[in-house]
This record gives sequence, structure tokens and C-alpha cells, in this order.
Amino acid sequence: MSQRIPVTELTGGFRDRAEVALADGQLRTNFRTAMDSLMKKRADAFPDEEEREGLRELGNRIKARALSRLPDLLEQLEAKLTDNGVKVHWAETTEQANEIVHGIIGARQGSQVVKGKSMVSEEMEMNDYLAERGVECLESDMGEYIVQLDGEKPSHIIMPAIHKNRYQVARLFHDKLGVDETDDVNELIQIGRRTLRRKFMEADVGVSGVNFAIAETGTLLLVENEGNGRMSTNAPPVHIAVTGIEKVVENLRDVVPLLSLLTRSALGQPITTYVNMISGPRKADELDGPEEVHLVLLDNGRSGAFADAQMRQTLNCIRCGACMNHCPVYTRVGGHTYGEVYPGPIGKIVTPHMVGLHQVPDHPSASSLCGACGEVCPVKIPIPELLQRLRQENVKSPAEGPKVKDGGAKYSRKERLIWRFWQTLNSSPVLYRLFLWGATRFRKLTPKHVGPWTENHTAPVPAKRSLHDLAREHLARNGGQ
Amino acid sequence: MSARSNILNKLRTGLAGSIPRPDDFDERLVTEPWQYAPEDRITRLRSLMEAVHTEIHQVSSDSWPEKVAGILAARNLSNLLHAPATAHGQKLGEYWPQSGSSAQLLAYDRPVEEWKEELFWQVDASLTGTVGAIAATGSLVLWPDRHEPRLMSLLPPLHIALLRASEIEDNLYAMMQRQNWSAGLPTNLLLVSGPSKTADIEQVLAYGAHGPKELVVLILEDA
Ligand code: SF4
Repeated sequence: MSQRIPVTELTGGFRDRAEVALADGQLRTNFRTAMDSLMKKRADAFPDEEEREGLRELGNRIKARALSRLPDLLEQLEAKLTDNGVKVHWAETTEQANEIVHGIIGARQGSQVVKGKSMVSEEMEMNDYLAERGVECLESDMGEYIVQLDGEKPSHIIMPAIHKNRYQVARLFHDKLGVDETDDVNELIQIGRRTLRRKFMEADVGVSGVNFAIAETGTLLLVENEGNGRMSTNAPPVHIAVTGIEKVVENLRDVVPLLSLLTRSALGQPITTYVNMISGPRKADELDGPEEVHLVLLDNGRSGAFADAQMRQTLNCIRCGACMNHCPVYTRVGGHTYGEVYPGPIGKIVTPHMVGLHQVPDHPSASSLCGACGEVCPVKIPIPELLQRLRQENVKSPAEGPKVKDGGAKYSRKERLIWRFWQTLNSSPVLYRLFLWGATRFRKLTPKHVGPWTENHTAPVPAKRSLHDLAREHLARNGGQ
Repeated sequence: MSARSNILNKLRTGLAGSIPRPDDFDERLVTEPWQYAPEDRITRLRSLMEAVHTEIHQVSSDSWPEKVAGILAARNLSNLLHAPATAHGQKLGEYWPQSGSSAQLLAYDRPVEEWKEELFWQVDASLTGTVGAIAATGSLVLWPDRHEPRLMSLLPPLHIALLRASEIEDNLYAMMQRQNWSAGLPTNLLLVSGPSKTADIEQVLAYGAHGPKELVVLILEDA
């Protein structure tokens, strides 16, 4: 495979991976093209600014209201779903969630699972967990299927295989499925369709995510274009939905604006091809549909983010991906550089609560704070503000008690002392003047190498005379007008 | 302590001292931009659905079975799955012997397990009803039940859907209200807005990813 993306094979931190990604012309072209087109589609889908802003505000309020009653709504959801015949499970950790899923499959002696697109199952690394226990778990979203076939991870939450072009997919299908190589996208999709249809038919269990869980009616709502979500939730005898606890909304009507915001922000579509609303398993007299439906509610750090009123806003996220599409950093380094399930701006603000800041110490600072993400977010998460907050949490000393999981990952006593010194210097006129006098006189003595700065820049050298000095002289000459 | 109570306790601690936000849902935001004169609803629905490769015909409520036979003949299909216990299924069944169609009528009258292989691979087309449509987004509303099961609109490569012109609503919110969805939903309610598609390879649009490759809508004008 000559064109294989090298990024995924790299270990090391964000910086190392970014360097490799930035040097990969093919990867950058793939992302640039895709992001440009997604940005345009979104803009075209919101031609009326007033309408868009009104809807974003409403979306934000709906999520904030749901979060302000989250524990009650979760209980209501559970009660309603239970009435409808759906079994609800709770998991604090991904390990617990995997055990629950494995338990359900085991009870049916299942060995084959098909999955609709689910970011939470990626979070759980469910495929690997089940594979180790002899259960085959096949992705059925075309993009996810391609990525899984190549032993990779998704690089975008909506377009998992966006880093690959058609030739790379053609070669992959040829190598793994033994089909003739073709660069006809339609033909490639038909190969996927045939292969996966057999799997849908044979699967013992279907796994899916959830876009919105409606407490009022006990309904799981899923959006998709392909039909694999409907296949996974309708064809096998058992359906397991896995979702984060933040996906619950209060009323059915709440999904009207959220749905519109989601599909327009994500893909620029007025709606997805399918909106699949599941309110229960097959009834006694029905002829199809799963006999069992389960919902696994996963915490995995979400309650930690919830505890902090500011970070709680991360739970507004409806996973549309718009923040990535508009992020200048994401567009250049691609999804794999982040090394985590959720890349891009959204990844930066949710991942620390799941895995701890020490695992992603560079993420909060891998941003120019240009603000594009916050501007497009359909539920108005102030992403740049949250990134700044994470930067602060990231450098807190243990004594200052960082509030985010494993905060203080970048705390350094040396750096703190330097800043203290800088603060004293700038708040004492005498010291400041003394420093200025010295810095201009001994300017030749400034070090040639000052950390990472001089990797790409020449070292700064103070001017001969300070601005103060020059201004004073100027005023003296021109009579202070 | 169970995971359930741990999670709920943590969330309740996080909320300590706060009060729930009021429900200030402003329905105008989801209705006013999406209102159409009755005669424009069909136009709006058509243009959105046709833009995503849906084939649409306006036919009289008497003559639609003929149209169905014509659609099958044009594609040279050998069978059609229908729901004989529904009113439209019955009508189709009565018409079929005189249609001259060579396509065989199949009935979804037994559990999927009894004929899974056939359903997945050998059914060419299906005909289902709808409970209405939404002009704002170009969406059909399907309400599968015992007589017209879920997989009918998913497995066959061609799905033909019947829509009464009078049942097209302006927007999703209006549809929910008129049909009082919050009072009770079927096990699987669906909005369908075109044939199955994907843009997962290079964002190139391809139809017939996993569901129907073709969607044909017959809009029945009330006689
Ligand atoms: S943070 Fe906002 S823009 Fe980003 S994925 Fe979530 S909802 Fe979409």
C-alpha cells in the first residue's frame, strides 16, 4: 500500500504526529477539499442569518434546560423506555459498558455483531473488547467499514474515511475483499453494500448509537443517510443502543430544532435520508424488528464535566462536526493527529474529562483561538472560552487543586517562577526601569536559543533604545503636542 | 452502590443549589420560516425530494395501481412486496390479476425469520403507505405496524410509497402536533427523505448504500 496514511502508525504526542501530517501532501489535499466543501454546504443550508441565530439560541436553551434537569430526565427516560419494553443499563466506565454489551451478546450465544455508526462505541473500543472475546464486530457505515478494514480509526466524526481517496479505497477493497480494482465510487459502494448485506442478515446483534433520547416518550432517535442504522437496529434479533448520558432531551418537540441544526450544520442537508425513531422492541403480533432492545447509558467522565458549571456546556454537544470542518488546525493536521476518538475542537474540550489532561496535554494549546468553532457551533458551546479554561487547569499546581481530571499536567515550577518574576518586574516601576536600562545596554547578551521559539524563529534581541526612551525624546523635540 | 445510583448522585451533587431552567420553547422559530400556501406544499416537497433522486408522480386516488404496474414493467421487475391487510394493499391485490403485469405480488404475512434469505435478496420492490409528509424538509412519514412491517421500506431496491396530497404538512412541528405524536408512537416511526445514499468516499454522492436504491412517491390527488 503505497499511499497509506502514515499518521496512524506514529506514536508520540500531538506535536510529533502533527509534524508528519503537515508534511503529507495527499492527506492535506484530502482534508482541505473535504472541509471546504462541508463549510460551503453548511453556509448554503443557512441562507437566513436571523433564522440561523434564532435556532442556535433555541438549541442552546433546550440543551441547557435538559442539563439543568439531567438526573430527573434520565430517570424519566428509563421509566418510559422500560414501559415500552426496552431494557436500560447504566455504566460509569467504558469497561462496565463493554461488560454489559458482552453480557447481552453472551446471553444469546451471539458471535456476530453489526454496528451502525456510534462514536460512543469507539470511545469504549468495543470492537477490540469483543474481538478479544471471540465476537466479530463489524462496522456497517461505509466510511467506518473502510476504516475498520484498513485497521484504522475514524478521522472525522461524521466522515470517518475522509482522509482516503477513491484509489486508496479501491486498493483496500482489492487487497481485503479480493475484488477487481475500480475507481468508480458507485461500484465501490455497491461492493460494500453486497458484503455488508449478508452480515446484516446473519448478525445476532445490532449495535447503534443514539442522536437524541427523548424522555417524554421513551424514544431513541437516530439520523443517517445510508440505511445501515436502520439495518442494524431492525434486522438482527437484538438491538443494543449505546449512548452518553448527555443525549437525553425532555420533550419530543425539542428534537425539531435540534434535528434541523444537526443535519444542516453537519452536512448542509435539510434533513438526513432517514430519521429512525425507536420506541420499543417488536410487539407480540409484529412480524419484524428486534425481539430485545437495550440502552446502555455511559458516563465515562461526563458527570465530572457536569460538576463544573462552565465545563458542563461541553455536554450540549450534538456531535455535528461543524467545529472540525471550520477549524484551521484540524483542516491542516487531520483527525488522526489528535490521537483520540474525538478530534478537532470538540475533541479538545470533551476528551480531558474522559481520559484526563495528562493524556492530552497539548490539546488545549493546539489552537489559535480564532473562534471559528464557537461561531458555528449549533448549540453555542463557547469552545474558545473552554479551551482557555483548560489551559489554566493544565498549568495549575497540585496545591491549587485543578478542577479537570488530571489537571496540572503542564504545571512546571520553573515556568511558574519565571512568570512570578515577570509579574514583579512589571508591577514595580523602579525594577522595570532598571531592567529596561540593563536590557538595552546588554542586548548582545540575550541567549541565541530560547526553547521551542527558536526552532522556527530567530531569537528576539531588544532594541538599542526602549520605546519609552524614544517617546520621551520625541515629545521633548516636538513640544509635547 | 450501583452504577446507576453513583451516576445519578454525582449529577445531583453537581446541581445542588441550582434550579431547573424554565421551558421557554418558542415554537415560532420552528414553524414561521417553514409555512407554505396549501398549493405550494406539493411543489416544495417535490423539489426537495427530486433533488435527492426521488421519482414523484401525481396520480388520482383511483388509478394509482395502474401506475404501480407501469413502474414495475418499465424496470422489468419480477415481484412486488405488499401489505394485503392494509386498505391500499387490498386495493392493489384486487387490481393485480387484471393488470396484465408479469410481476408476482408477494405478501409480508409471516415473521421475518421464516423468509429472511428471500426478503434480503430476492424481493425487487415494495409498496407501502405513509401517514403523511413534511413540505419543509421533503420527508415522508412512515408508521410501520403489524400489517406493514418495518423492513418493507428498507430491504427491496425499489420502494414505492403512497402519499395523500391532503396529508402533507408544512413542517415537522406541525406534523407532530396534528398527529399528537407525544401521546403514543409506534415501535419504529420513520422519516424518509429519499433513497439510501452515502458520500463517504471523497464526498461523492452514491445512491443505494444499504437501503433502497430508488424511491418512487405516488402523490394521490383526492378525487
Ligand atoms: S461542539 Fe458544537 S460544533 Fe462541535 S461537534 Fe459539538 S455541537 Fe457540533
